[in-house]
Amino acid sequence: MEEIHPTQDSDPMTQPSSTVSSAADAGASDPPARKKDYIQVRDFCFNYTPAVRVLHHITMDIPENEVTAFIGPSGCGKTTLLRNFNRMNDLIDGISHEGTITVNGQDIFDPNLEVISLRKRIGMVFQKSNPFPKSIYENVIYSLRVAGQRNKEILDEVVEESLKGAALWDEVKDRLHQSALGLSGGQMQRLCIARAIANQPHILLMDEPCSALDPIATAKVEELIMELKKQFTVVIVTHNMQQAARISDRTAYFYLGKLIEMDATLKIFNNPVKKETEDYISGRLG
Amino acid sequence: MSLFSRHSHHKVEPASGEPMVWFSGMWLGIGLLMIVTLLGVIVKNGLSIFWPSRVMQVELVDGSAAAIQGSKTVAGEVRKIQEKRLQAEKGGTAREKQLFVGNRDAYGFGFRYIDEADIASITYPEDLILAERVEYGDLVGYPVALKLPKGEVRAEAPDFLDRLSAVIAEGNARRHEIESIEKDQIGKINQRMGALRLSERKAELEGKLTEDLRTEIAADLAELQRRYEILAGKAAALRAEQKAGLFVYRLPTGGEREIAIGDLMQYYHPNRIGFFERAGHFCSEIWHFLTREPREANTEGGVFPAIFGTFVMTLLMSIAVVPFGVIAAIYLREYSKQGPVVRAVRIAVNNLAGVPSIVFGVFGLGFFVYFLGGSIDSLFFPERLPTPTYGTGGILWASLTLALMTVPVVIVSTEEALAAVSRGAREASLAAGASKWQTIQRIVLPASVPGIITGLVLAMARGAGEVAPLMLVGVVKLAPTLPLDTVAPFIHLERKFMHLGFHIYDLGFQSPDSEAAKPMVFATTLLLIGLVVTLNAAAILLREKLRRKYASSAF
Repeated sequence: MEEIHPTQDSDPMTQPSSTVSSAADAGASDPPARKKDYIQVRDFCFNYTPAVRVLHHITMDIPENEVTAFIGPSGCGKTTLLRNFNRMNDLIDGISHEGTITVNGQDIFDPNLEVISLRKRIGMVFQKSNPFPKSIYENVIYSLRVAGQRNKEILDEVVEESLKGAALWDEVKDRLHQSALGLSGGQMQRLCIARAIANQPHILLMDEPCSALDPIATAKVEELIMELKKQFTVVIVTHNMQQAARISDRTAYFYLGKLIEMDATLKIFNNPVKKETEDYISGRLG
Repeated sequence: MSLFSRHSHHKVEPASGEPMVWFSGMWLGIGLLMIVTLLGVIVKNGLSIFWPSRVMQVELVDGSAAAIQGSKTVAGEVRKIQEKRLQAEKGGTAREKQLFVGNRDAYGFGFRYIDEADIASITYPEDLILAERVEYGDLVGYPVALKLPKGEVRAEAPDFLDRLSAVIAEGNARRHEIESIEKDQIGKINQRMGALRLSERKAELEGKLTEDLRTEIAADLAELQRRYEILAGKAAALRAEQKAGLFVYRLPTGGEREIAIGDLMQYYHPNRIGFFERAGHFCSEIWHFLTREPREANTEGGVFPAIFGTFVMTLLMSIAVVPFGVIAAIYLREYSKQGPVVRAVRIAVNNLAGVPSIVFGVFGLGFFVYFLGGSIDSLFFPERLPTPTYGTGGILWASLTLALMTVPVVIVSTEEALAAVSRGAREASLAAGASKWQTIQRIVLPASVPGIITGLVLAMARGAGEVAPLMLVGVVKLAPTLPLDTVAPFIHLERKFMHLGFHIYDLGFQSPDSEAAKPMVFATTLLLIGLVVTLNAAAILLREKLRRKYASSAF
């Protein structure tokens, strides 16, 4: 576990790890102020219908330029929480919530907040790769297109940067104008990552991005995530605990809609405080 | 335990699915058989009318009831052979032939039934000709002579047939010229005279009619009148020329008759021409049917105005129905809050598809024609009143009525297509910062286009074949002008039009000579089916092309 400790890459870029772990140790207490965006969740509850509550009083802080992994058995609410960060759950009728989530100090449920501007700051990669039935080029610049960007030079630049950022440029640079649906599964998922980072978001949400990929494609995407955290704050939901251990700096364990424990990944995997966490990690639960 | 195991070892389950395969397959087979039979009947009857078959000359036995005007010699094309039940005292059945004898002007009828028992002998005389005329249907007879102003040419003369063909060609050219003068040139003058009178009346209504204007308009009218008279004189001269030459022929029943050369359109020797000439004649007949205007209460000539009217109406209907249905479906599926009200609206829309079409016709007449059309007339065309412009049935109102009738089909299929667009695609778009409308416009609608076109195909199939509502909102038996022409503004949405579906009804049930009209009914039906198939095939090709473009394994 020590050999693959993931924070080594990010050490020069982020705060000293002591600050991170102290923030995590403090749990509900106020973390020190940071310069860049990060997510604060305070006493957050979420109901699909008034009778079905799926998140119970979650309080957590997600620091910038780190990879935070959400783990836990199926149905524990980790994806629901992730989808609240960019308000993707708005699509569902009948939802309600209590508590607050702030991104860079701004309440995301503020009725005066334009949800579109929130989503522009938060990129999202889904479990199932979902490229549009358009060309690779058009897929990457989709967020710029809908924002009204028409300058060809800027668009070309963004396509190259984003595809390079998603480690896909060399594979597709000669067929940018062919349909994205001709790519392989792993390439499609990296294209979705390129699409998510094209708009220069501050936060990248990833909902089990590797669950449909083979080990080679998974390794490529993981490598990419390690690279991405230099620029972005990454929150990743995963079922694969080795993956969480490999790539994340911090890990949050959810069970039945409750946040059981959140701490530095190393600590969660080696020396968890709560017994439920230890049971899950050691395979006795879920 | 042992009981169970014995069962599972010794008793083999019957393959229970097999009988249902046969049963359901049988019903499909019956359905297909009915469709194929119907199509076969339509194709056979619809095409056989164009095939120039041989003309049979029959010698009847003495005292036959089939004799025409006392003559025992009768000639005609065999149209039908059928069994008939004999009178009670004789018993049994006998065969009879139906002959198309033509010469309706001479006999007063065009068809004759002849008992096979009454036939003494059958010949196929080579000299017999069959000629198409402007009036009274076809002529069947033996050529005798041409009486031309320059002199008479007897049928025995070696160059008789060449001369006949030449004078018929001259006559056809003259007929076209008369048509062009009367319809196009005189029509344009009439239209300008009408416009001048309208402008005078308009000025009068607005109180701006000065003496100067009145004299100016009168002068213009006089000039147009002068030009009209020149053209009318030219047409009258051509008409006189058409009557100058006479074609003398002998009826198979005996007796000579004369017909003006200008009334003949074409002729051929039904018993002399070979297979290839027959095939050529067949093709040219079909071509005439498709491209010419109807004559003689629609029983002769072509159906071009009806094809054109059906096509334009279906096109206008599609243009109206697609945006309407698609926008309504977008609201229903994407924006409205799914609940009991939306469910009720959806059920109502579905039920709307089951409302009898005549009800839509009555609605179209009341709303579009009288209310909307009447309002347009009183606002924009007050000078033409009381003659209605838009306040009467027309191709625009007919198209809108059919669009209203078919809009549920488009709404339902569009809604299904919208619902089938995956959540993944929508979420990807929203997560990229697109608004709801941008998502619909850029992701959802393009992916739904094949489904929308499916709805359009269904709507066109229903709309193009519909007759009942059209009879109330603009279809006529014979429209003098097409909805598109060379007179500004080129497309005349207020005009009445002809329609293949109504044409079938008119031929079949309103025609003075139902026997003569019957093959035309089949031919027109075949054409209507062909038109609907063509329109559908075009839409399906478009859909497949788009489906390939938007095909997606990832969704």
